[in-house]
Amino acid sequence: MTAGPAPEALAKACSDVREAGPDDVVASVAPRFVASPADTGEAAAVLRAAAAEGMTAVPRGGGTRLAWGSPPVSCDLVIDTRRMNRVLEHAAGDQVVRVQAGVGLDQLAGLLARAGQRLALDPPPGAAASGTVGGVLATGVAGPLRLRYGTPRDLAIGMTVVRADGTVASSGGKVVKNVAGYDLGKLFAGSYGTLGLIAEAAFRLHPLPGAASFVTLDRADAAAAHAAIAAAADSPLAPSAAEIDRPSRRAPFRVGVLLEGDPDGVAERAARMTELLGGSAASVSPARPAWWGRGAAAAAHGTVIRIAFWAAELTRVLAAIDAGAAAAGLDPAVSGSAAAGVIHAAVDESAAPAAVSEFVLALRAAVATPPPGPSADGPPARASVVVLHAPADVCMALDPWGPVPALGLMRAVKDQFDPEHRMAPGRLAGGI
Amino acid sequence: MEHVAEHPGPAALAARMTQICGPDGVITDPLELATYECDGLTAHRSSPGLVVLPTTAEQVAAVVSACARAKIPFVARGSGTGLSGGALPRSDGVLIVTSRMRRIIAIDAESRRAIVEPGVTNLAVSKAAQPFGLFYAPDPSSQVVCSVGGNVAENSGGAHCLKHGFTVHHVTGLEIVTPDGELTWLGDGTGAAPGYDLVGAFTGSEGTLGIVTKIVVKLTRVPEAVTTLLAAFRTMRAGGAAVSAIIGSGILPAAIEMMDALAIEAAEAAVACRYPDGAGAVLIVELDGPAADVARETAAVRAICEREGAYEIRAAHDAAERAAIWTGRKSAFAAVGRISPAYIVQDGVVPRTALPDVLERIAELSASSGIRVANVFHAGDGNLHPLVLFDDAEPGAEAAAEVVSGEILDLCISRGGSITGEHGVGIDKSKFMPKMFGPGDLDTMQLLRCAFDPAGLCNPGKIFPTPRLCGEVPGVRRAPHPLVASGTLEQF
Repeated sequence: MTAGPAPEALAKACSDVREAGPDDVVASVAPRFVASPADTGEAAAVLRAAAAEGMTAVPRGGGTRLAWGSPPVSCDLVIDTRRMNRVLEHAAGDQVVRVQAGVGLDQLAGLLARAGQRLALDPPPGAAASGTVGGVLATGVAGPLRLRYGTPRDLAIGMTVVRADGTVASSGGKVVKNVAGYDLGKLFAGSYGTLGLIAEAAFRLHPLPGAASFVTLDRADAAAAHAAIAAAADSPLAPSAAEIDRPSRRAPFRVGVLLEGDPDGVAERAARMTELLGGSAASVSPARPAWWGRGAAAAAHGTVIRIAFWAAELTRVLAAIDAGAAAAGLDPAVSGSAAAGVIHAAVDESAAPAAVSEFVLALRAAVATPPPGPSADGPPARASVVVLHAPADVCMALDPWGPVPALGLMRAVKDQFDPEHRMAPGRLAGGI
Repeated sequence: MEHVAEHPGPAALAARMTQICGPDGVITDPLELATYECDGLTAHRSSPGLVVLPTTAEQVAAVVSACARAKIPFVARGSGTGLSGGALPRSDGVLIVTSRMRRIIAIDAESRRAIVEPGVTNLAVSKAAQPFGLFYAPDPSSQVVCSVGGNVAENSGGAHCLKHGFTVHHVTGLEIVTPDGELTWLGDGTGAAPGYDLVGAFTGSEGTLGIVTKIVVKLTRVPEAVTTLLAAFRTMRAGGAAVSAIIGSGILPAAIEMMDALAIEAAEAAVACRYPDGAGAVLIVELDGPAADVARETAAVRAICEREGAYEIRAAHDAAERAAIWTGRKSAFAAVGRISPAYIVQDGVVPRTALPDVLERIAELSASSGIRVANVFHAGDGNLHPLVLFDDAEPGAEAAAEVVSGEILDLCISRGGSITGEHGVGIDKSKFMPKMFGPGDLDTMQLLRCAFDPAGLCNPGKIFPTPRLCGEVPGVRRAPHPLVASGTLEQF
């Protein structure tokens, strides 16, 4: 079935509207049209036209993480941001950059490096690239540097979004310190396109470190890996990242600590970190280990599960992964930012959907379920188990998000921003 | 528009509030109520209709439920140190003071998290974390008395936020009472909870989305070494150039603070801080981190300051020496009272590179108006605190100072900056919001408000100059909003 000609309003709104093809499928849902606005104004016109036509819309950047989240329940229109690829302002002296959402993270990194700066986000690269700024913001994805620099929401200082009805709204600005008004950027970071289109963003930058050093070692079991991670995180040596990686249950844990900064300082800190972690057992290299930071991209076509937890629970989380995987007959690869309390379990695409589902439910029961009875003095659940992406048949078999705190308030937010539920409907937790 | 008379005033709730909070948890005496008439910004005053002092989250929830049922507005207050009138009470409303909720519930040293109640003071968190080699990084100048709950409401900053970030970077979970009285958790303390980042959106919402009853904060490793440098320059321009050069060299200090001659004069008069004679500007640069890095960075910053014209540089290596350097800076706001009967504190932000030009423009504004302006600011992140001096005994002086103060904010906006870096909008700067944000921006922000507080009872009248009526379709106004028609909501 063909989509037919694009509605006149949509064609008028944007110079680049076309019928969707097989490459435009969003997590198994085929859109009818693809609009590629060149700037925020055109994007607003596209969304106004979509609103007039009652069309559902899913924003798309490089498509690197388009398979993440639940599939949309409907997608008439893909809004492709890749033509919105201009760096609007790089105020090097202020260590701030303002970009359109379609700017590629790799492209941006090159530009910033020439000024001795970086955007301290290192999400795992996809097959071709690291994705666009908009996509990274919308999924909230972060890599090993999250230990020191946080996630996209921590580095975004301003954002311009387009609401479902085409209203353009900015919050924050281009100064690092700013508390004027609500910070809509926080709300849109990690919103998976369900509140509107991220059109532009401003980020705080950091100096590109003069040197990097990876201190790595193997640890036989979870408790020993945990001890090494805890020692690194508790040290005064200011690690930028502390990661673990275990490709198979039969393999030992690799532990890696990244130290960055002035070359002399890094050399000294690497020596001290080596001593702290076990002397001759550890090795030091300026080269990034092959396994470093693949976390969320560990199984391109399989299932990747993100487990977020309080860092002290690492041994318990790793034990729950092993127990759940053994019961389901799986052998997931485990990797991630252990010191920051975010790790990933990746299951091969050949795994039976029922087994993956059993594994995820077992993990949730073990680590992300509030204890019975009245909640103690703290968050009832202190961990989450989210399926970032999975083959279609696995997606059908389970809820990728699991229980989410304050879902009622999230629904209320969605209803305010997108009352007709036309923006990426169903992508987020609870069918939002 | 006045509230319709059939709704009982806050005094009618006193009996119910006494049931909830006990007799010593409710204040009805007009003289006692008057002690809550303002927060740290004394220019705005309004005696609350009723004050309640709950001790538990459940009590806060019950108090808010009672207000919501009676359709009476309520305002939360922590220690009352805010500088934008965010906790300004309403005479027709209830003031909910969280200062009796001051338990440090738990410290998980390995996870680097603490769970605290909102009335706990900022510094108390760091003190409790100290035995574990940890501290709570955001450090507003008022940290001895200000509360963590207030910090969350205001997204408070402080001198060391240049490197370590603001409150929003250090909060990973919040238990809140929603404006309809429901107790719920936002986030799970991990900082990576799925779904919308309501913790991030709530932090800095200035008490308009609900009341915080428990907070999970991140704790930070105490740095191995700290060095504080004081550098004296003949001119502000030279000091400003040193700031740019330090940042440009790739060093990220924990703090870079600057004071001008008038601020130094005030500090000398108040606390005899003994800064170098003849300084047109002093710069305080604090470096923290691994010892070897701090030593090297200290040498580099010294060299930069000398190159940019510093004629005297002092270094502090221990807590006592550090305190001596910080004395002048930390006393600056209060010290200005020694050289002026009254003053307005501004909180504008400009891009760091615009600082020298903006400071010159402020000096011109001061010269042309004849109104003295002392400058104390967080130079590293471009956050200015101009202190506009006036004599409140002189008729018209305050209004004239307000004009200069407003022109400084206009200047910040025109340079791509912000009207507030850390004090918040509150009641004080809401009139400047339309200069910084367009109607679409303000309308969209208020959608969040509508999601949390459709009835508009939670700290109404703050941040936004014109409240959005929730449920209203933008641009399509068919009939009065039902809440207006029923007299529940004022349209002002």
